[in-house]
Amino acid sequence: MIFNALLIAIREIRRNLTRSFLTVIGIVIGVAAVITMVTLGRGATETVKQQISKMGNNLLVLRPGQGWGGGAPLFSLRDVEAIRDQVPGIASVAPFVSSNAQIIYQEKSSSFDVQGTTSNYFEIANWKVGSGRFFTDQEVAESSPVCVIGESIRKELFGEGVDPVGSKIRVKTMTLEVVGVTAVKGQGGFGDDLDDNVITPYTTVIHRLSGRQGGKNFNQVMISGNQGYPGANIVADVSALMRERRKITANEEDNFNVFDSLQLAEVISSSTKVMTSLLGAVAGVSLLVGGIGIMNIMLVSVTERTREIGIRLAIGARAREVLLQFLVEAVTLSCIGGVSGIALAYGLCSTLAEVVGAPFLFDPKINIIAFVFSAAIGILFGFMPARRAASLDPIDALRHE
Amino acid sequence: MNAEKLIQLHGLTKRYGSGDAAFLALRGVDLTIQRGEFVAVMGPSGSGKSTLMNLLGCLDTPTAGSYLFKGIAVEHLNKDQRSLLRRHALGFIFQGFNLLARTSALENVELPLLYRGYSRKQRHEMAREALAQVSLSDKERNTPAELSGGQQQRVAIARAIVTQPDTLFADEPTGNLDSQTTVEIMELLHRLNTDRGISIIMVTHEDEVAACARRIIHVRDGLIYQDTKKES
Repeated sequence: MIFNALLIAIREIRRNLTRSFLTVIGIVIGVAAVITMVTLGRGATETVKQQISKMGNNLLVLRPGQGWGGGAPLFSLRDVEAIRDQVPGIASVAPFVSSNAQIIYQEKSSSFDVQGTTSNYFEIANWKVGSGRFFTDQEVAESSPVCVIGESIRKELFGEGVDPVGSKIRVKTMTLEVVGVTAVKGQGGFGDDLDDNVITPYTTVIHRLSGRQGGKNFNQVMISGNQGYPGANIVADVSALMRERRKITANEEDNFNVFDSLQLAEVISSSTKVMTSLLGAVAGVSLLVGGIGIMNIMLVSVTERTREIGIRLAIGARAREVLLQFLVEAVTLSCIGGVSGIALAYGLCSTLAEVVGAPFLFDPKINIIAFVFSAAIGILFGFMPARRAASLDPIDALRHE
Repeated sequence: MNAEKLIQLHGLTKRYGSGDAAFLALRGVDLTIQRGEFVAVMGPSGSGKSTLMNLLGCLDTPTAGSYLFKGIAVEHLNKDQRSLLRRHALGFIFQGFNLLARTSALENVELPLLYRGYSRKQRHEMAREALAQVSLSDKERNTPAELSGGQQQRVAIARAIVTQPDTLFADEPTGNLDSQTTVEIMELLHRLNTDRGISIIMVTHEDEVAACARRIIHVRDGLIYQDTKKES
């Protein structure tokens, strides 16, 4: 009986192509909107996660002051050592001093960030070797005049296709040998270029550039937490340790802050998730409106096809067969809409993903949900018109003009 | 002639409305129709002949009285049971043809078969055979809009006979046709009656059309007032 109803429904849909198309279009748009919104939202979340992971592995950064304000005391090597020795859950700690400086190579010069640190910084901040090598502990201990440069600097100072390893660049009064180039990281989470740094041993910066020796030199401390160890614990322990070391009393505020990249990733991805659900819900409403569109057209269609229903009843169709016919018609239409919507969403997602630069993550789950939902809408909104059709009296229906 | 009783009516009454607005369309009709008869029902409008046809065609139920169709008490059947009775034993031809628009002649003729669960191949075969019987084999792909009135009515007749019914109910089958086509349709109905033994009960207001039948029943004011059998 279902198969028969399907056959009759398909004949009716084919018989009224324009009407069927108009009926379906609401569902198509609804399904496509839901899938596109959810898929793009997921892509955006994934992008944010990727960009934050570019910053480092479970990276935490200790900075002076609160927010972006300056003036607070910097950190000493002793602070770094205390954190490394006393705070649990830490894989690695690197001191970090950065300042802007004019870099000169032959006739070209430009201003870049010069960062002084230790060799374990490369691992903490997730740097990979592009060419050459990173500097060693030995070179840090000896304040060797070596540096590793980012790809953007290589491009700007050396030009395309030139290997700068072994070349000498001038930073202020000092000459540094380029020993390596870092692999490209690209853009950071805030659209900033991550590849425009000159990384050199901190000893070199302190001894040869800033002239400051001993004391508080570091404007950042890079901390890498153990995999799976809660970042919040490290933040709390580092804060407690620093308050103790700086003798901050209970009613004073911290004069430093600890930034946790994992927390940031969680905050950003949870906010994109909220956005995604919101957009999905709005799109869901359009799917519902599409369903009401189906009901609307099916109701009109029952009136318009009263005579046809009369003929069917006269030649021996039972009420339940007419009901099933209209129900199957509505469900078939909404399923066609669902499938077309998925196809449209696929096209939209792959185009839009390229435009916004987010990865296109095809999620079968959301597609199945959207399809089942559209079929359910067919049943839900097809039932009322179908029942109306089935309750018609054959004599009245035949007499209907 | 086979004397088996096809239809037996006893005191068949149909009332519309209630109270003061009540209207008796049929006032206790007694009628017996044998299998294989060709009956024309005539009468002025408002005489109750349409009501009688609806009841005979199992589309409606009587208010009182009994209706035996092949021994089945139709007045006790529910809506679905009457649907099944129509599906298996009756064929209908209407004044307005009542074909499905934008649907080929073949698919129109197949329509009753869809409700009987025949395979695609069987449906095609039976529908083609029915179309051949009304001499429309060459028009099976045409839609009603591409057919003349007479051809449309022949498609409708093919649809009515494709299920091999015992009885055909024809409601003004020639009402929308010119006289030449009327003759063709009546010859077709006559042949179905004599060659295949299908009982035909037909409503008409045209004397020439009624003359094709072997029995003419006149209805007036909800009662049969004249019942003429032609000797053959």
